[in-house]
Amino acid sequence: MEKLKGVNTIMEEDQLKLTLKRLSHELIENHYPFDNTCFIGIQPRGIPVSDFIVQYMQSLHPECKFPYGKLDITFYRDDFRGQIHIPNITDLPFSIEGKKVVLIDDVLYTGRTIRAAMDALLDHGRAGKVELCILVDRKFSRELPIQPDYVGKSIDSIVTQKVKVIWGNEKKVVLYEGIS
Amino acid sequence: MHLSSKHLLGIRDLHREDITLILDTARQFKDVLQRPIKKVPSLRDVTIVNLFYENSTRTRISFELAEKRLSADTINFSASGSSVSKGETLLDTVNNILSMKVDMVVMRHSATGAPHFLAQHIPAAIVNAGDGINEHPTQALLDALSISERLGGLEGKKVAIIGDIMHSRVALSNIYLLKKMGAEVTLAGPPTLIPKYIRESFGVNVTYNVREALEWCDVANVLRIQLERQNQVLFSSLREYNHAYGISKKLLDSLDKEILIMHPGPINRGVELDSDVADSGQSIILDQVENGVAVRMAVLYLLSGRKESTS
Repeated sequence: MEKLKGVNTIMEEDQLKLTLKRLSHELIENHYPFDNTCFIGIQPRGIPVSDFIVQYMQSLHPECKFPYGKLDITFYRDDFRGQIHIPNITDLPFSIEGKKVVLIDDVLYTGRTIRAAMDALLDHGRAGKVELCILVDRKFSRELPIQPDYVGKSIDSIVTQKVKVIWGNEKKVVLYEGIS
Repeated sequence: MHLSSKHLLGIRDLHREDITLILDTARQFKDVLQRPIKKVPSLRDVTIVNLFYENSTRTRISFELAEKRLSADTINFSASGSSVSKGETLLDTVNNILSMKVDMVVMRHSATGAPHFLAQHIPAAIVNAGDGINEHPTQALLDALSISERLGGLEGKKVAIIGDIMHSRVALSNIYLLKKMGAEVTLAGPPTLIPKYIRESFGVNVTYNVREALEWCDVANVLRIQLERQNQVLFSSLREYNHAYGISKKLLDSLDKEILIMHPGPINRGVELDSDVADSGQSIILDQVENGVAVRMAVLYLLSGRKESTS
């Protein structure tokens, strides 16, 4: 990865895994036996989070089915003029009509990604209920009235800082000074 | 990540990476078009004028649908019934339209280079929808998408372009694109309709024997005889052309492999392509039309990202 200034690790690998497992348990608590629930990761960075959570829930409840999809929001962004984003694959192999949908992403910051994700979701049908599951919530920085239902870790950060979840050999969440 | 050019004037100006980016984006738009709601809000703040100085069915409908699927506002202009017949120049017409705050221009013109001329004089992004006998870039892109969908790529694939090469902008754009993407190209048709020195200029093969081209290729892109652009006699009659260069079911069945048949439309049935070939399972002509919308969405989407203020 590129050289980062003032890097602070806010979650080590052990804690990251523990938190992801806790989020999974919270989802199980609210949604078991998952009859009418589906899980949707937001492309691209929400996918490692949703992969982990869905796999972990599956390992705890092998008898249950977990409808799991991936949603690309590129065409719904409100900021794409500055920089064109290359679209990722949207893969929703089920209908969301009337379902409880859990959106999963890594970092919640301004809320604009989630706004776009909800617009994208609506174009696939009318979900019964939409919930939001987030690994890292950057508090006090929202630009839209969006709040998560499941939070891995809440942090305070300032605008110039960036938060990144790293899924390499060493998994961790870091906070660093962004170059902007 | 964006296109290296502000306009899409021709495939000639594009890099290989640009072509890959457009095709990859088009595949995602194709996915959008399969959904119950076939519309995304990407271009809802963009206004596009479709400026058609020459007749068109497919290209025009396809561009208009692509614009609507991207939530852009569109206006349609055709030369007939406009002030062009009162003597207004191209630049005046376009500047008048742009002063009403239009961001992009999709343009077809019978004069070669008309969009290139405009690009030097106006700030809006221009998409060439066919200029004279020069280029028709979105057609080449949708042809490329259709070929790579069926054959799994373009690199090393053998494409025959058959018919009126001389007057065809589809042929030229396809040659540029296929060569850039590493495909092999053979041109076939009557000697009078294949420009001299094209073999040397583009590194393509040339044959005057259609059967030979068909035996060699994986895909045959069959072109229409563009009678409207021919001001001299280049072959004796349409009937004779059909006998010598037309593609019949019998000819296709006599090959030892099954090739794909493409045609940019409109087809002159019984001239370059017999009806039973155009409607056979080997024909991917309607795939091409379907892919056209997705490709044009990709082009408009990628160019709109470089929007500059026109005010």
